[in-house]
Amino acid sequence: MAVEHFPIEEGHVLCFARAIGDPNPAYVDRDLAAKSEVGGIIAPPTFVQASAQFDPGYPLRPHDGQPWFGSGGTPTGVQSAIEGGNDTGTSGGSGLHAEQRYEYHRTLRVGDVLSAETKPGRTWQKQGRRAGALIFSEFVTEYRDAAGELVITATTVGVRTERVPERGGS
Amino acid sequence: MPLRAAEVQVGDSRELILVEDLTRTRIVQYAGASGDYNPLHTDEVFAKDVAGYPTVFAHGMLVMGMTGRILTDWTGDARLTSYAVRFVGQVWPGDTLTARATIDAVRDVNGERFVDLSVVTRNQRGDAVLTGTATARLD
Repeated sequence: MAVEHFPIEEGHVLCFARAIGDPNPAYVDRDLAAKSEVGGIIAPPTFVQASAQFDPGYPLRPHDGQPWFGSGGTPTGVQSAIEGGNDTGTSGGSGLHAEQRYEYHRTLRVGDVLSAETKPGRTWQKQGRRAGALIFSEFVTEYRDAAGELVITATTVGVRTERVPERGGS
Repeated sequence: MPLRAAEVQVGDSRELILVEDLTRTRIVQYAGASGDYNPLHTDEVFAKDVAGYPTVFAHGMLVMGMTGRILTDWTGDARLTSYAVRFVGQVWPGDTLTARATIDAVRDVNGERFVDLSVVTRNQRGDAVLTGTATARLD
């Protein structure tokens, strides 16, 4: 994933805070935020996940003129979706999100404009109880502000299974 | 208000109900906000008929996002220096999730005080769905 322009916008932060069910005024109340330590509206700790919105080729969003692997008239629009997969290692088909880590170098706030670059990290295997071999892959994303300073380092660990695990977890 | 070092002791813990009876709409709401429209989370037909799951399930990142609230409510806004989790169980529509955070350590680094926390989020059956750690700067 490479994201060149990820503007941290008030309305987007509002929608994200609602979605995670966090009523903290620090994410929505401009007047209160102006008097805070940071001096403005801040983003929730996991907000940079929404950089997907600004990734032009993000595979887990339908794109105009391209088949989508979710259902329409048929259960999937892309037959190969059954084998699944995408290049972020987080989800899609048989891939699941196993771990997520954030390091905060400074607080992310409305008005920041970030760019992000993702690099592959380690890969390892474990034998699962219900799903056969589990293949883990790490991806490290550096989010930098307009000045090029590192704001957040995000590490995603995706896991692929040989078969779909039973209800109750992977 | 940021948490002050004098206010915390190793072993202190608190609990927060993150969501009761998680709805499919709420999962779709997170899809819209985050941009992750994976049909495993948003499309019952795909999740069942193609992927072989009993129904759709929540994004791990929705659970991490919800769980973050217990950390920021406790330590204060803009205080986290790290937050890391493992997704150890899937979260389904109808689930009620409760997070518990515990103070593991209070330490000084270059004259600043930091607190290390561990967190676990469980469903209504008591099964852990997320385990994690975080560090925050104290006043």
